Amino acid sequence: MAERKVAWKARKDNTLIGQDIPRLDGVDKASGSAKYAADINTAGTLYARLLTFKGGAAVIKALDVAAAEKTPGVRAVHVFNGVDKEVRWDGTIVAAVAADTPEQAEDGVRAIKVTYEAKPHFVDEEDLPGAAKAKRTKPLGDNQKGDVAAALKAAKHVHKGYYGVATISHMCLEPHGSHCEWEGKDKLNVHLSTQNVSGTGGQFAGPLGLDASNVSITCNYIGGGFGSKFAADQWGVVCAQLAKKAGKPVRLMLDRATELKIGGTRPSGFAEVTIAADADGNITVWDSHHWGTSGIAGSTIALSQTPYCFDGIPNRNRKATGISTNCGPNRAWRAPPHPQLCAITDTVVDDLAAKMGADSYDIFMKNLDKTPKPDVYAEEMKIGAKLIDWKAKWHAHGKGGKGPVKRGLGMAIHRWGGRAGATTCTVKIHPDGAVETFLGSQDLGTGTRTVIAITLAETFGLGVRDVKVNIGNNSYPKANPSGGSITVGGVSGPLRRAGLEALWKIYDLVAAKYKVKADSLSAKGGKILSAGKTVCSWKQACGLLGPMPLEVQGQGPKNDGLTSQGVAGVQMADVSVDTETGIVRINKLVAVQDCGLIIDELTARSQVSGGLIMGIAYALSEERIMDNRTGRFINADLENYKLPRIGDIGELVVEMYQPDSEYERGVVGLGEPPVISTGAAISNAVANATGVRVPVLPLTPQRVVEALKGGQA
Amino acid sequence: MRDRDDQDRSGPGFSRRDFLRGSAAAATATAMATQGTEETAAANVKANVFAAAAQNVTLNVNGKDHTVKVEPRVTLLHVLRNDLNLTGCKEVDERSADGADTVMIDGKAVLAGSRLAIECEGKKILTVESLRSGEKVDEVISGFVKHDAMQCGFCTPGFVVATRVFLNKNPKASLAEIRKGLGGNICRCGTYQGITQCALELAKGGK
Repeated sequence: MAERKVAWKARKDNTLIGQDIPRLDGVDKASGSAKYAADINTAGTLYARLLTFKGGAAVIKALDVAAAEKTPGVRAVHVFNGVDKEVRWDGTIVAAVAADTPEQAEDGVRAIKVTYEAKPHFVDEEDLPGAAKAKRTKPLGDNQKGDVAAALKAAKHVHKGYYGVATISHMCLEPHGSHCEWEGKDKLNVHLSTQNVSGTGGQFAGPLGLDASNVSITCNYIGGGFGSKFAADQWGVVCAQLAKKAGKPVRLMLDRATELKIGGTRPSGFAEVTIAADADGNITVWDSHHWGTSGIAGSTIALSQTPYCFDGIPNRNRKATGISTNCGPNRAWRAPPHPQLCAITDTVVDDLAAKMGADSYDIFMKNLDKTPKPDVYAEEMKIGAKLIDWKAKWHAHGKGGKGPVKRGLGMAIHRWGGRAGATTCTVKIHPDGAVETFLGSQDLGTGTRTVIAITLAETFGLGVRDVKVNIGNNSYPKANPSGGSITVGGVSGPLRRAGLEALWKIYDLVAAKYKVKADSLSAKGGKILSAGKTVCSWKQACGLLGPMPLEVQGQGPKNDGLTSQGVAGVQMADVSVDTETGIVRINKLVAVQDCGLIIDELTARSQVSGGLIMGIAYALSEERIMDNRTGRFINADLENYKLPRIGDIGELVVEMYQPDSEYERGVVGLGEPPVISTGAAISNAVANATGVRVPVLPLTPQRVVEALKGGQA
Repeated sequence: MRDRDDQDRSGPGFSRRDFLRGSAAAATATAMATQGTEETAAANVKANVFAAAAQNVTLNVNGKDHTVKVEPRVTLLHVLRNDLNLTGCKEVDERSADGADTVMIDGKAVLAGSRLAIECEGKKILTVESLRSGEKVDEVISGFVKHDAMQCGFCTPGFVVATRVFLNKNPKASLAEIRKGLGGNICRCGTYQGITQCALELAKGGK
């Protein structure tokens, strides 16, 4: 018999992989049948509400919850931060109240008496001199490569500028939180809104003094995470404590303001940069100092990847300074910290092109030799240019039209890893032909559930609906947390391996029974075929298993070619800028994205267009606004924390770059990359339209108008 | 606790708390008149409690009458989600700025978080759950699935209801009308592209 080798099918032999397959849970989600942690209503469920600190920094001098405990309907009160505790940022939880109704819980919160003694605070993430004066800065590294001073002297074109991107919040629509219910004294059932089904049980067990084996974590659906929902969090543990105290299940979800303030943020970055090139436009120098904040910890975006993508610039100085602010802490935000790095790198390259009087496209193209994937970028740039009609629409910077509304083009490039996460799975085939799989993974909306079904259905020659997918519980085999674009590779590798192993066992049974050669067999359309002829049905084949089901475990990642890592990606923007009002409108965005072998093209494209829209958000409107005087996050609500609406996105064009060379690489993650270069591409298009760099994202009307008044290119 | 509760809106001749206490008492008086046996309001209302006694409210939801005992201050959203377990409408923002709590009342798209339950007696309330019966689903739902107009799915039911009502009113809507007409809802994952395609396809079908 020929050696059996783990691999994906030849591309032409696929019936499901690479097609547009609607997600399996689509109807359940769209009809409201899907149950999120925020929807769990078991009998007697109590509702929790939070008292939070509103200010920059303070010490709690007095706290009295007696009246809250006596409030009608209130069943339990928990103090997070009591007397003498320091609260160091707006939104810090002071206490939680659980009551029969949410309204009664709010009554309870109002009854709590708390006295604060204000402490000095600092919240201005952009103000480096102010931070230094307040002793809030710390050096985060400073290193050199080559000889910047000499290269600057030799350079033909030199540009200096200021760039930045403000802090944003994860702003998940389903806030962080859980529903906790005790079963007897020592067993806890948690419905948790989490990206980490397999990894959060112990985080409840430890603080609660339970055996981790007695904590059940369930998450069938999660209403957004974006990197902010890996932990049980203190409020998760408190939810369980309130439930214990009250003797009833409790649901504790953060309210909207608190979600925005403490549910996770993306660190800011502001930079002074000098860039230089030789007469041909080859970049020879990068010299940057950047700063920003991640909250009280005082970090900013990583130094090690500055300048972004263009690692090969020969002469480089780079330096970073962190600012400790009294602001809610950061968490991993989709593609950390690539969007910020891109926004302070590709904008600089674009301004260099403007200074040279060159077409930005040509300067990016010329310098691809300094990037990790020059060939892929070059191909993707050519495709993108065609889709946005770059050659016909390009004009020199600042020549965006005579009227008050100027039009312009911009582009940027990005990269990501997307290796497969460590996951195990069980594939179970019943003697009646039913197929199911178990793994402690989660579907963030990326389509994981559907990818799992496609992988096994393709392997067994079945339909997508013939596979029962069991995910979202920590009693299943351990799967990777979903962050960093590692899940689709993480699950599909082990499933393919286990699926093939199971299929080979079935082939052996069929071969013995029907006197055919096992290596002549294939599975297609619910049948087992030998050299193209039907031998038996899938059901008949599985009947040969006898009375017991067949179970196979799958593991990954392995170096057998099923998965890989490393993607490029190019985005281009066509915008109009109203120079009188400062309003920027998106006419068209083009994304060209590679990601190896694509399992479900429909959900893959959704990831990319979703990334573009999140990119429009932080490029044009979305930011955390801190008030220096009060230390408060003053736009922590959905009216003033501005996200784009359906009419704000323009035309989106998504092109999946998938020549056979990509298919042959195997599966690579896709979640992070499409959100990375959107901000820089839009900023570059605005600069092209107006001839003026609006230095800091988001490009709000105010920032645009101020930059135009300054008038510096 | 919503952030705005901490802002001081009191001024000459106006105290928010007194106002609310007064309206709570008035609401309870109405409840007493109808039920007769409730305790007097004033004795029960402490300084921190913005409530009046619970009363029976009958709501016609998805074609069926449901009687629930709730305080007058309770929103329709909380009754639907917490009392009737109709959790398709979501609680995203206490100020209903997002549209995830969209339901239909007498054929109009209404934000359930911005209506008190007692206001909705005698009205026909339809939630997203009314658009599915087993495997049979409204064409807006099947269109959302076909165009993958969802990711995490938390905003999706609200968008489905908004789209259903919008298309009922504008069966032949143009792209520009869709972009304006569905502007009341927010999606964080970025699914606007699929939603637009779904609405446009249904509008072109003229249904």
